[in-house]
Amino acid sequence: MIAAHLPIQRPTQAKLLAVDGRGNIEHWPRSQFADLLGPGDLVVANDAATLPASLSGQHVRSGRLIEVRLAGRNSLAPDGIRNVTAVVFGAGDFRLRTEDRPEPPELRAGDRLMLGPLRATVAELLGHPRLVRLAFEGSPDEIWEGVARHGQPIQYSHVSMPLALRDVWTAIAGLPVAFEAPSAGFALDWSTLESLKEREVRFATITHAAGISSTGDAQLDALLPFDELYRISSATALAAEEARVRGGRIVAIGTTVVRALEHAAQDDGTVTAGEGLATQRIGRTSCLRVVDAVLSGVHEPGTSHHDLLRAFMDDDTLRRMDQELKSRAYRTHEFGDSVFVERIILGVGRMPGQSASIAARADSRRPTPGRPVTVELRPAEPGRRPVRWLH
Amino acid sequence: MHQNTNHLRNEFRGLRVAITGGTSGLGLAMVRESLMRGAQVAFVARGREGVESVARAHTGAYGVVGDVSKKDDTHRIALQTVGLLGGLDVLINNASDLGPAPLALLADTECEDLERAIAANVLGPFRLTKALLGALALSAREGRGAVVLNVSSDAAINPYPRWGAYGMSKAALHHMSRIWNEELRAEGIAFLSLDPGDMDTPLHAMAVPDPDRSQLKRPETAARELADAIDQLLAFMHSGRGMLEAAR
Repeated sequence: MIAAHLPIQRPTQAKLLAVDGRGNIEHWPRSQFADLLGPGDLVVANDAATLPASLSGQHVRSGRLIEVRLAGRNSLAPDGIRNVTAVVFGAGDFRLRTEDRPEPPELRAGDRLMLGPLRATVAELLGHPRLVRLAFEGSPDEIWEGVARHGQPIQYSHVSMPLALRDVWTAIAGLPVAFEAPSAGFALDWSTLESLKEREVRFATITHAAGISSTGDAQLDALLPFDELYRISSATALAAEEARVRGGRIVAIGTTVVRALEHAAQDDGTVTAGEGLATQRIGRTSCLRVVDAVLSGVHEPGTSHHDLLRAFMDDDTLRRMDQELKSRAYRTHEFGDSVFVERIILGVGRMPGQSASIAARADSRRPTPGRPVTVELRPAEPGRRPVRWLH
Repeated sequence: MHQNTNHLRNEFRGLRVAITGGTSGLGLAMVRESLMRGAQVAFVARGREGVESVARAHTGAYGVVGDVSKKDDTHRIALQTVGLLGGLDVLINNASDLGPAPLALLADTECEDLERAIAANVLGPFRLTKALLGALALSAREGRGAVVLNVSSDAAINPYPRWGAYGMSKAALHHMSRIWNEELRAEGIAFLSLDPGDMDTPLHAMAVPDPDRSQLKRPETAARELADAIDQLLAFMHSGRGMLEAAR
């Protein structure tokens, strides 16, 4: 797979690999994402705007240059910006691969940091020499201005040009609480939302403070994703309940939405409104109680994002998906292509009515340009819910 | 000071309101009017001294230093505004540029003066609104309602000689408001484009250096009228009828 290196959220040639609940794989232009959904479905996206969470500066005691990447906070309230969790890097910036970055100086509680106009103190170390809790000095409006003026979006070496905030805010970006972009949402623009509405697909959002995706330190990376705050409005919880009752699918835009909805899920599949701290890691043994499908980026095996897909499908299907992504040169990372994955459900599906199989529908389509090409068909396995792939 | 007694229910209480050009004239009057009605306010202006002075004098108002006509300021302004308010329900695009001062015939207008007017009066509101659309749509989805007020002018409709740069840019802003209103009504975001009338403000003084001030509206009066319009629109949106229209 190749890394997408240009910060374009919706390149016209963006691709979408879709895996249905029986393991069938199709390739679509991502701009036609809405065509995969139908009446009664609910799309849930992360409306968090992204903070310029990379702050360069100096560790005062040693005089050495550092980069601080904000990675978590204690509260989603405006003054929650005062106290943050952060990962500290040595000198340099995103142009150097995170794993090649020099170590920061030894950090101790009470150390002061000068980060442009911002002043912060290391309040405590969080079990790792580079993971700290920081307390910023000043009033919330001074801190917000300092972050806004001095901070840069966190980025990695596969994108060589410095990112601006506008590059990392999704079209629906609202509350600025994410530390890295909830990039699955790059696929959505207002026209897509309009298409969803035309198809009687409902749209709702949660606010999830997406954390950082890589630190370059194996020990720290093993802890990812860090705990992440989220907020689910009563309107979104209600929309999820209505979709459940009506038998529509709940489609998460991005892994952060999966994490939040599943964290807020009750045993009966209802979603509790309110704020929460998502602490779980979703993987092969996770039982999904709310989310039926996810639109996600193309992730390399071994990452926590890739691991999350194991909650949706068996390892064999995941392997076939990865092979397809590789052989068709799908692009990875935040500005890359996407996958749409339905979860495999054993037993009786909870949706009324059943659509034609993916093969039958593919056959009935006129071979017009831009239509998906079915690359692999597998017979339905007994007990597995046929996909409802509506147009 | 005026007490809002027009409505039994004050829609402004607890609203999160952003106002551009908030340190003088109509913008400052809108800051005060919104605060008086119980809103949380973030205001934007170019000069740090003016921003800090207004923020000091108005408890509950956050000042953001920025220039809406500059592309690179847009997201920083949006970040600080939404970050400080914890969301956004109402955006008031009030900051304006007159174009050439003193006013000039269009044939004598320097291109740079026209560009500056368009940057401040059209592109600035376009960019800032776009950057804040996510926050506004979120407010609408949560049932709070969302309103964008673009401060217009009768010069947007009437071809007044010597008001060319200003009139052209305000005409574009007016039409942009109407199109956005059509496109985003279904999302629950309403756009208002209102002419506050000729006011006794610094901008008017630049255009007409020697006015008969007795004939000019006080900005406080205009601010009250504009706030009433927003209040009524929110009340309508919160009523069953408004919700029904939004759902269409």
